[in-house]
Amino acid sequence: MTEKTNNKGKSPADFNQRESIQSESAQFDKTLGETLRSQGISRRSFLKFCAATASMMAMSPAMIPKIAHALENARRPSVIWLSFQECTGCTESLTRAHTATIESLIFDSISLDYHHTLQAAAGHAAEEAREAAMKENFGQYLLVVDGSIPMDNPGYSTIAGISNYDMLMETAKGAAAIIAVGTCATYGGIPHANPNPTGAVSVGDLIKDKPIINVPGCPPIPVVITGVLTHFLTFGSIPELDHIGRPKVFYGQSIHDRCYRRPFYDKGLFAETFDDEGARKGWCLYKLGCKGPTTYNACATTKWNDGTSFPIEAGHPCLGCSEPDFWDGGGFYKALSMPTENIAQTAIYAAAGAAAAGVALGALNRNKKNNAVATHDKTTIDDLEK
Amino acid sequence: MSETSIPVTQAVKFNIQVGDELTQNVKPLLHEIKHALDNLIETGHSSIIDLRSIPLAPGEEDKILSTLGQGEVLAKLNALGLSEIIETQYAGVWLVTHYNDENTIISRFIEVTTMPEILCSQTEDIMKAYSSLSLDLAENQETN
Repeated sequence: MTEKTNNKGKSPADFNQRESIQSESAQFDKTLGETLRSQGISRRSFLKFCAATASMMAMSPAMIPKIAHALENARRPSVIWLSFQECTGCTESLTRAHTATIESLIFDSISLDYHHTLQAAAGHAAEEAREAAMKENFGQYLLVVDGSIPMDNPGYSTIAGISNYDMLMETAKGAAAIIAVGTCATYGGIPHANPNPTGAVSVGDLIKDKPIINVPGCPPIPVVITGVLTHFLTFGSIPELDHIGRPKVFYGQSIHDRCYRRPFYDKGLFAETFDDEGARKGWCLYKLGCKGPTTYNACATTKWNDGTSFPIEAGHPCLGCSEPDFWDGGGFYKALSMPTENIAQTAIYAAAGAAAAGVALGALNRNKKNNAVATHDKTTIDDLEK
Repeated sequence: MSETSIPVTQAVKFNIQVGDELTQNVKPLLHEIKHALDNLIETGHSSIIDLRSIPLAPGEEDKILSTLGQGEVLAKLNALGLSEIIETQYAGVWLVTHYNDENTIISRFIEVTTMPEILCSQTEDIMKAYSSLSLDLAENQETN
């Protein structure tokens, strides 16, 4: 991992608490290897698990032995999951994850001490469980948050009479790291969309003294959520993050760059409507409002629904749901910007300048997106019927 | 390649013609395998390619698999779900596919090696086997 300073002002290395987290919890936890062996899982099965984990985390297969060694000795961290202004889609995404075996193994290797949607306890009993987990594992537990926090009136969202803000600040104190799951927790999401009636803010807007891993998406891809948990388990540290706190391993490349329809973009072949010849032939959806060029996520390679497909493969433009303010991005069906000339011809004449042209187009796209956010453009019926 | 012996991801046929080389990643990948094979011959070093890490259009993975074909070895593992290890028609080029309990592919690799690691008996399992066999023999001795 490179020593990049993240958006919270601290180097990820500052938070590399593997030894303290894992050794201090040793008194009450087996290692993952011991847990698996006690369940009769063979070393060969474990290697298969590690291979799938490496693939899931988009790591080089050469990392499989290192993952095996690290996971063999990993100990179960306590995890507290708080849900604020959210739709439970993020939890649905995770619990409907298709690689059931892998996810169950990962969940076997964490101690999920509080999750008010999933746990049996309710009300004060549930809050007591959270307080007990915080006390027992102070400074060591992972805090997962989905949903934004209302700052306008605390009454907009409370749990057991406790405001979201108070619960977050109290629980964050003893966390080793925080994983903000979903676009609401990471950037405010839909509650934060204009006119933001609840004064919704993200976790990162409030917490400045803890490492925060942003896992945006509406919802995030399930294996991305578990991949981040597994990274923490495997390496005891947070993964390398981009400039807005997202793990580069999953959010390092744009949807556009990994899209199988990209060659059509390069050739200047676009679907103009949802039922024209270009749409039927699977051409690029850029002109139908695809936000792939300004969206960073793993959908194009990891895909959804048992690895079946992703929105663009199903014929729909990317909405850009893993980007800040995607809801106010100027209309889902409005093109970011139109290429001003024949891209294929440009590539032939000036192959060396293609990268620069791409950068310029990207800047133009970002500028258009920012303008749209500022003016709060709305999607109209005409856009939908385009 | 026999289609019944090598399960492949069902190509999703929305509006894409299966077989179109949309990403043009098929040929470079096959050349990468050739270079890995050369490396195995020259240095003995194995290589692994994760097929999930490459953006492939519907039908392209099938095209890669059909090009590689099937060779002499087909092994099945029952370890946290099924796994299939197939030596392709090119000796030293293996296709390793892992499934979960619901028979969904969770990872697929092309390994260029003399023997995929997951086929080898693991030291920890051998040690456990030794203990189990010793225990069984001791119990049998007591019974007799």
